[in-house]
Amino acid sequence: MAFYLLRRLALLVLAVFIASVVIFVLLQLLPGDLAQVLGGTQASPTQVAELRRQLGLNRPLTSQYGSWIWKAMHGNFGTSPLNGTSVAGQLADKLTISGPLILASTVLSVIVAVPLGVIAAARHRKADGIALSAVSQLGIALPSFLVGLFLIIVFAVNWRMFPSQGFPLKGWSDPGRAVRSLVLQTFTLALAQGAVLMRFVRSATLDVLHQDYIRTARAKGMTRTQALFRHGLRNASLPIVSILGVQIASLIAGLVVIERTFNLAGVGQMLATDISARDLVKVQGTVLLIAVVVLLLGFLVDVAHLLLDPRLRARA
Amino acid sequence: MKHVWRSWPGRIGSVIIAGVVLLALLSLVWQPYDPNKITPREKWLPMSGAHWFGTDGGGKDLFTQVLVGSRTTLLVALFSVVIAGVVGLTFGILSAIAPRWLGEAIAHLIDVLIALPTLVLALVLVAALKGSLWTVSLAIGFGSGVILARVVRAEVERVMTNDYMLAADAAGSSTWRTVWRHIVPNIGSTVIVQLSLIAALAVLAEAALSYLGLTPVSTPSWGRMIQGLQQTVTVHPRAIIFPGLAVVLATLGFNLVGDGLRDAIDPRLRGRTADISPAFTSVVVVDDIARGHIAGAGHSAPGDGEGL
Amino acid sequence: MTLLEVSDLTVRIGETTVVDGVSFTIDGGERVGIIGESGSGKTLTALSIIGLAPDEAQITGSILLDGQELLGRSDRDLAVLRGDRVAMVFQNPLTSLNPVMKIGRQIAEPLRLHRGIGRNDAAAAALELCKRVGLPDPERAVNAYPHQLSGGQRQRVGIAIALACRPALLIADEPTTALDVTVQAEVLALLDALIVDQGTALLFITHDIALISQVARRLLVMRHGAIVERGDVADLIDRPEDPYTAALVTAARRTTLDDTDELVPSAAAGVAQPGREGVVRPGTDPGTAVPPDAHIDAEPGVGPAPREVDRGTAH
Ligand SMILES: Nc1ncnc2c1ncn2[C@@H]1O[C@H](COP(=O)(O)OP(=O)(O)OP(=O)(O)O)[C@@H](O)[C@H]1O
Ligand SMILES: [Mg+2]
Repeated sequence: MAFYLLRRLALLVLAVFIASVVIFVLLQLLPGDLAQVLGGTQASPTQVAELRRQLGLNRPLTSQYGSWIWKAMHGNFGTSPLNGTSVAGQLADKLTISGPLILASTVLSVIVAVPLGVIAAARHRKADGIALSAVSQLGIALPSFLVGLFLIIVFAVNWRMFPSQGFPLKGWSDPGRAVRSLVLQTFTLALAQGAVLMRFVRSATLDVLHQDYIRTARAKGMTRTQALFRHGLRNASLPIVSILGVQIASLIAGLVVIERTFNLAGVGQMLATDISARDLVKVQGTVLLIAVVVLLLGFLVDVAHLLLDPRLRARA
Repeated sequence: MKHVWRSWPGRIGSVIIAGVVLLALLSLVWQPYDPNKITPREKWLPMSGAHWFGTDGGGKDLFTQVLVGSRTTLLVALFSVVIAGVVGLTFGILSAIAPRWLGEAIAHLIDVLIALPTLVLALVLVAALKGSLWTVSLAIGFGSGVILARVVRAEVERVMTNDYMLAADAAGSSTWRTVWRHIVPNIGSTVIVQLSLIAALAVLAEAALSYLGLTPVSTPSWGRMIQGLQQTVTVHPRAIIFPGLAVVLATLGFNLVGDGLRDAIDPRLRGRTADISPAFTSVVVVDDIARGHIAGAGHSAPGDGEGL
Repeated sequence: MTLLEVSDLTVRIGETTVVDGVSFTIDGGERVGIIGESGSGKTLTALSIIGLAPDEAQITGSILLDGQELLGRSDRDLAVLRGDRVAMVFQNPLTSLNPVMKIGRQIAEPLRLHRGIGRNDAAAAALELCKRVGLPDPERAVNAYPHQLSGGQRQRVGIAIALACRPALLIADEPTTALDVTVQAEVLALLDALIVDQGTALLFITHDIALISQVARRLLVMRHGAIVERGDVADLIDRPEDPYTAALVTAARRTTLDDTDELVPSAAAGVAQPGREGVVRPGTDPGTAVPPDAHIDAEPGVGPAPREVDRGTAH
């Protein structure tokens, strides 16, 4: 088991390395490098060349990559050439908004969607089960920005219960206001993710309900529901844990959209702005961070599987 | 394909998609107004015989915009599905039938690429290559293609464990012949289901990217309409309903078609899970994860798409 | 005394009638076999009795257990009987056990459900049951997961689960089909010994006529959802009246009995009757693991022996 974990850890490191190379190469595709962006359209070719030299852009790509990744490993994602601030510092700053948002919407979507998905599966032939399933299908088709706009109209504009835009300047020093300005956002993200999660929980549970060991459990004297709870859920949790990892990853991406809708200065909005501004250093840092988080989630999913599934443990 | 018609989700989905296709075809020969012509005198007109959906703040006809936007949606869905299909089948099959070291290397690369959320990839590509329908489709197609590759790999491995594959091998047919004659027909239905889910993802992703203003201004698009209408949504909430509904329906349509297809082939899938003995649990687990991922992206098109 | 009375049992799935007016009875401690080709409705008949037929099945007719009607009862009502009065052993031991739960817990579950015993008593009972079904190293087995056991061992677990509450009726749906031939014989002998010991009635389903002659006395032949012939096993084999039964016998002679010219019920089926009369087979007292080759001793030199016995002596 220890060996398996070590091997998996080694794979994680390898994966992070590959991801960083992919990100680095992808961003080299950006037309007009940083020097041109900084110099502006007026800059003469010699000025641009001088800027390039200063920024180290004339060094070979491998050495540029090397110094970037070396610093990144030490928590230094460089400084934004556009505004001179530390990328890591800005990321940390934005994460105080995006982090709680991701956490809250994940928790919310899990506590709502998992039970509903199980109910939808257990009652999949009954009217309520079918209705639940239809609702989740509809929820999946709803773009989060539409949901966000709807919530803004109802709860922020009509009922004035929550602010519709932005985050208090003083941040978390006024926790009440800070929380209130994340409520609608949390619900928006949770709804989008919850609908997907619910559908997946339903199909994972349905899958399990058709397994022979559920029939065995019922033959022992359990009702359908007892068999599902005592024998089904643990088995269904395996694929559900997998999907949760993916879900959180797509939540991170979903931030870009809903932070725009709610004009929230989080990681997602920063990424969108940086891309339009061609702030290569910040984009690289942000995307690398996202990839690392997602790969780490994949690792955690595998560890969870190891704990939940004795068959894997035996082989590990 | 006729299987779609057997279930209600399949029927409803097919009707919706057929409707969108008809809209797009109609827009080629008939547009009641110039979708881009600004007529300040006619701003915010209510729904009427002349303007079925009313007009927006620039006096542009909303129905015409929705009509023309359907083309973009369908084109992006089509391109994305083609790209995803090529990427997914190539890498998936290759990783399953290539020599072990190469296959595992590809599989690992696929796993890493999956870690780059499709939207993030799309953002970077769109920024790099200037937003065009091609770029958007490339990003969506590639992002979901690597996920599809994982599903395909698991499916191919399943097929390869079947006896007749071995028999075919023994009969000495060439690898490519084996792929074409035995693997492709056997994974076809699964791949088609996934592709229809990817189409739904593409609809949401295109809407989100154009909502973020990352597609060319000149391309009419539902997402861009929503972005434009968003500023005045508190005063004129009605207008946003039309492009919003269009996105929802198109996404729903593709997802329902995928569901209908899956229902049609489900008996086979169900039998398979039940038949796999513990000796093959790794296959099951891999497959589950793959299904998780595709659900997380295809289905959850929203995941990568809208959630994008 | 009649334990189970099935009359005019009909099961429809969608438009098709998959079980068509089946009637039969089983007395307490009696052993009845159902034989028939694949898809003839054997499993659905069994599942209907125990209340586990698929949701889409429409079941009509009557199923009386101890004189009480089972059809039309709620899942909750039937659950009280399942595992206690009627139990079932399934065909595929590989998929019938929960892969993520320890064997001991799975075995003790019927007792916890029906006898309400506590955790510690359950653990002790599980260990005891493991011993009774002859699982090697029972202390280890209770803490093992299904994937750590062989197919034959898993089916022993399935038998332990089914017999935990000493049911009045055991339904065994092709319990040995998924097993190796050598293991088949062991599991069959175990089943045989245990139900004799407990006085449990047996409904044994198979499509192997050689097998059924070893465990059952009375035989029902099913085809296309209906019973086409019934009677004493030996009679049916000697003088099949229905052409289908005749074909089954001929096929069995040709494929599995090629080294004998006559198909004769083995001693095991005979032993079943002493069991009914309260005579306990030697070597099957509770708590004793049945040795793998117990059936060899139990079937001493019966004339032209069925294949099982041949195989037994061969190893
Ligand atoms: N859940 C179901 N849905 C639809 N048809 C079913 C279902 N279960 C069984 N059937 C059909 O009912 C018929 C009888 O099935 P059953 O399982 O009872 O056969 P069997 O005699 O046990 O066969 P085998 O020897 O292969 O186990 C078959 O034709 C089968 O296709
Ligand atoms: Mg059967």
